[in-house]
Amino acid sequence: MATWIVLIGGFVLSLVATKKFDIEFLATWAVFILGGAPLTVAIAALSIALATGLAVLGALGRLSRSAPIYAAATLYVSFVRGTPLVVQILFLILALPQIVPASADVPLIVLGIVALAFNYGAYMTEIFRAGIQAVPRGQREAAEALGMPERLVMRRILLPQAVRIVIPPIGNEFIAMLKDSALLSIVGVQELLWRAETAGAQKFRTFETLTLAAAVYWVMTIVFTLLQERLERRMAAGDR
Amino acid sequence: MTLATEEPVVRASGIHKHFGDNHVLRGVDLEVREHETVAVIGRSGSGKTTLLRCLNFLEEPSLGTVRIGEISVVADPLHARSRGHRERVRRLRTHAGMVFQEFNLFPHMTVLQNCIEAPIRVRGLSRAAATETADRFLAKVHLSEKRDEYPARLSSGQKQRAAIARALCMEPDVLMLDEPTSALDPELVGEVLRVMEELAHEGTTMIVVTHEMQFAREAADRVLFMERGVILEEGSPLQLLDHPRLDETRQFLRRVLGR
Repeated sequence: MATWIVLIGGFVLSLVATKKFDIEFLATWAVFILGGAPLTVAIAALSIALATGLAVLGALGRLSRSAPIYAAATLYVSFVRGTPLVVQILFLILALPQIVPASADVPLIVLGIVALAFNYGAYMTEIFRAGIQAVPRGQREAAEALGMPERLVMRRILLPQAVRIVIPPIGNEFIAMLKDSALLSIVGVQELLWRAETAGAQKFRTFETLTLAAAVYWVMTIVFTLLQERLERRMAAGDR
Repeated sequence: MTLATEEPVVRASGIHKHFGDNHVLRGVDLEVREHETVAVIGRSGSGKTTLLRCLNFLEEPSLGTVRIGEISVVADPLHARSRGHRERVRRLRTHAGMVFQEFNLFPHMTVLQNCIEAPIRVRGLSRAAATETADRFLAKVHLSEKRDEYPARLSSGQKQRAAIARALCMEPDVLMLDEPTSALDPELVGEVLRVMEELAHEGTTMIVVTHEMQFAREAADRVLFMERGVILEEGSPLQLLDHPRLDETRQFLRRVLGR
């Protein structure tokens, strides 16, 4: 930790000392840029929530005995994992209005959140599938032996236990999403990165503004990682 | 009494089970009458657990018919996944309580919730009625004071007693216990056996797969000895445990009783 402070502090000081780093310019725009951080967190949170819903459906599909449902879920996962996230975002925002003109009226941020959720939902499908399969076999047997029909077994016995298993990996996904949400800046969603770029472009001072944006992403990641570790410890405590 | 009460509660006929090339059950016929406690003994690998699991179709028998209460299901391994067959099996299971070696309590529910979940959602009882039933059976297994605890906070003996209460709360026609004391800490075996003996004496219809010869002797009305996938010998505890007719039975008893 001490090493970190020395290294980072030294880096910042040397920048300021050489006068290459316009700290005054940055100060005037700092509020504007930092104002993007809550939006970034909100985008990530909403996207993860939506993605979780998609992931549950996807996982149920991947575990389904019905061949068409299984095939549809597998197609979803394969397509999303096989194409870049940027392409999916651009597709939804730039390409879709060509086919579905009404989609042009949907606020950009909504389309952006849908695109992120669609993408993460596929990766999280596999997390949920693994989570459901990680519930001990005896749980399903005990529920079935009580005469519970399949849906009830899933909803009341397996899913609630799977959720506890997947909360740590979903925390990881959220932290990754914080950073991937920056991709929405390319289509003009006014989140953290967009603001940093826009502010920096005023006076060709993107070095300063991007440094600040990067620092904010980093700090947010550290904070949420700490929160997640706490959550994990608490969940583990409930286990025994 | 009427003729109906003389009908056995459980009737399994011609049960066969193959696991690949392994012919685990080779034609088992079994009848259990109301209020009767049947102990099933035999070496591990003799098929006794598989028999129990075939009775409620946790394993689909390769061949045979099982009737429990009024529900009868014919084994149909080729269509085991069909909706109609699954529904028949599901209804059969509501008449057969199952207690597992490893308890399999639902860890995300309290003891009480474990006990009322299926009665509410499967039998359609009201929460109040299900809770009343659960309290009655929790008292019977001496676990009333633990009703609001999560399973993680119970000892193995308490877990198994909770699992017995959970099965009883469905008010099944028969209670089936699969080596219920084999996963217990040795000093806790006694409390679970005591509960099982009390249930037996109260007339609960039970099938118990067990290695506890003492329990078989004191609580069972009938003992079945299984070997190589068939019921080789059966009789009253006295007959079978003290005066077995067959060499195989005698050898088995000599090994487990150490005499």
